[in-house]
Amino acid sequence: MRKATLFAGLVAGFSTFAFNAAQAVEIEYWQYVFETRVKAMDQLIAEFQKANPGITVKQVTFPYADYQTRVIAANMAGQGPDVMQLFYGWLDKFVSGQLLQPLPTNMFPHDKIESEFFPIVSAMKRGEDYYGLPTAVRSLALFYNKKLFTEAGLDPANPPKTLDEFVAAAEKIAKHDASGNLTVAGSTLDMGGQDHQWWREVLIRQFGGTPYTDNDAKVAYDSEAGIKALTFYTSLQLEKKIGQAGFMDEGQAAFRGGKAGMTIDGTFRLGSFKTIKDFEWGVTELPANAQGVRSNYASYFANGISSKTKGEELEASKKFLAYITSPAAMEIWLKTVGELPARRSAALTEANLKDPVYGPFLKGLEYAHTTLFKDEAAQRQNAIDMANRVLLEGQSVKDSIKQAAEAEQEIIDAAKP
Amino acid sequence: MAAIEQRGAASDRPGRSFGDRISMRTKRLLWVWGFLALPILFYTVIRFYPTFQAFYLSFTNWDLLRPAKFIGAANYVKLFKDPQFWKVFKNTFTYLIVGTPISLVLAFVIAFFLDRVRLLHGFIRALYFLPYLTTAAAMAWVWRWFYQPPPIGVINDVFGMLGIPQQPFIRSVDQALFSIMVTAIWAGLGFQIIIFMAGLRAIPTTFYEAARIDGLGEWAILRKITLPLLKPTTVFLVVFSSIGFLRIFDQVYNMTTNDPGGPLGSTKPLVLMIYQTAFNSYAMGYAAAQTVVLFTILLVVSLLQLFILRDKK
Repeated sequence: MRKATLFAGLVAGFSTFAFNAAQAVEIEYWQYVFETRVKAMDQLIAEFQKANPGITVKQVTFPYADYQTRVIAANMAGQGPDVMQLFYGWLDKFVSGQLLQPLPTNMFPHDKIESEFFPIVSAMKRGEDYYGLPTAVRSLALFYNKKLFTEAGLDPANPPKTLDEFVAAAEKIAKHDASGNLTVAGSTLDMGGQDHQWWREVLIRQFGGTPYTDNDAKVAYDSEAGIKALTFYTSLQLEKKIGQAGFMDEGQAAFRGGKAGMTIDGTFRLGSFKTIKDFEWGVTELPANAQGVRSNYASYFANGISSKTKGEELEASKKFLAYITSPAAMEIWLKTVGELPARRSAALTEANLKDPVYGPFLKGLEYAHTTLFKDEAAQRQNAIDMANRVLLEGQSVKDSIKQAAEAEQEIIDAAKP
Repeated sequence: MAAIEQRGAASDRPGRSFGDRISMRTKRLLWVWGFLALPILFYTVIRFYPTFQAFYLSFTNWDLLRPAKFIGAANYVKLFKDPQFWKVFKNTFTYLIVGTPISLVLAFVIAFFLDRVRLLHGFIRALYFLPYLTTAAAMAWVWRWFYQPPPIGVINDVFGMLGIPQQPFIRSVDQALFSIMVTAIWAGLGFQIIIFMAGLRAIPTTFYEAARIDGLGEWAILRKITLPLLKPTTVFLVVFSSIGFLRIFDQVYNMTTNDPGGPLGSTKPLVLMIYQTAFNSYAMGYAAAQTVVLFTILLVVSLLQLFILRDKK
């Protein structure tokens, strides 16, 4: 049996070799290292090569911390990838640095993109052109620990739907020792995790404001709504004592360790939480406000074509990009990585919507917002500092918001090309 | 052998090949420089060229993506106006000014007494040296967990048992820097102890014998003999440890990865700021300007220390 497969492999190898000799095109695809993503891409490449025998795709990966630098440095050296993965928040930088070429409209017509993908892909549009398309998208949801829910006398089949219910449930779950130290958190508080997105795109809107105006180039949260949103967030620790920033180091660690009743996190955490053995957990939509207003933050890694790719390679790259953003590819990606399909038709299937895990994330996508970050790391840091000034230094929420808004406006202005 | 004899005799005889005409001395020099050329070339390409390049970059607005444009001293003006830079500057010098003396005094005291211990001497010395061999990143993570609030932080658990109030450590703007400094001191201690002990052993015992015969007390011996004769060792360690504290990065970065250099920038050293400017914001020109400032600080501090601790003749 083994000999037979070996022989078959050899024959197959020779035949593709012979074929390639005639019209071989090799293109390079770059993404960062994340085991399931690399595996899914291997599978997609295999499928693609089967359908397009003249093209070979070489996958090149780098650790996440290095990835952006590598792409930029390789571009300078003129040796970059043909098709690359990029975070939507890097697009301004990549477009102004001429790393990407616009997607050709004959193969990727705008009306098709706009009708078939979730509206958040508009973040890949600059001027009249789209510069990339995602295979998968991510959104946020509320994870909850069913065991802690039961212990606190809450119904694990009926997780909180509104912010008030969320606070009430957290208060019931939270436990403190005799000297007042938190031993079990009702909900995690971790601005460095996903809370800054929750605050920015969800809470501010739920308290009646908008985080930014002018295509996210103007900070608008130095407002009544911004103050109310941050007051709500910081009061979770300062008054209601349902959680504590830095509790068990990180929010996700506290939840994993079974020491937190709830945590807000993204689809990308599913892989890690699926290995939890000590308790059952559930997922529900992010809580609505009293008026039923919901919001969510969605993000994604898109795939774009390098500005240096030309001729045969460009044709092959276009085909490859079309394949990895096709519904078939999205299904493979969902199964392997657990990230949601970027096309409505592939995402909003009945089976997916009924799925207890994917369902809440998918519902979130419908009303999700995507912040057009100019300098994601610096803007995130700014939100962390804003909360810390209130939590650690006792600064008033109003002053902290004002300071944060001014600092963030400076970051945004400095990043303008 | 024959060649050498010949060379000695024929060095100034005309009509011979070039190799025979140059003197023994020149030949030796050629050999020496021949061997030295390799490291010099290496250093020029790997060290000096990038250093000068950094000086040049610090006057540009290079961001990796577009060609660098000369912008004069704008980066330096921006840097000196940046309140974050002054905070980081203060942090860096706190690491230096508090960390260096504490670590040296501690290392000396331990070395001084360890030198007299005969029982399990090697074992104890190895124990002190062990942290120096461990990866800084791994140690930083262990300490990071030690410092956690209850219920998982070991130190706070012990405090709880002893009835001491809980401390926030790395979650506090006042304590975080010192909490991290402790781990850096602990990590470097083993190396300093070994160097101090080598220095102590190098002092001839006859000096001590003579002093004892003259009736000098232990304290006087320490002050008049041990410390003065240990000066070269101390100078080396002061400079070495200062440079280490000025360049502190691993501990800070690994203990505060969620909020690098935080909370609120209270632990951020200059090197971390450079790293973030260069590899998070890709402002290479600005980062180069910060590097030049760090280089200048390192140079001035080292020269100053060498000057203060020089041998007065």
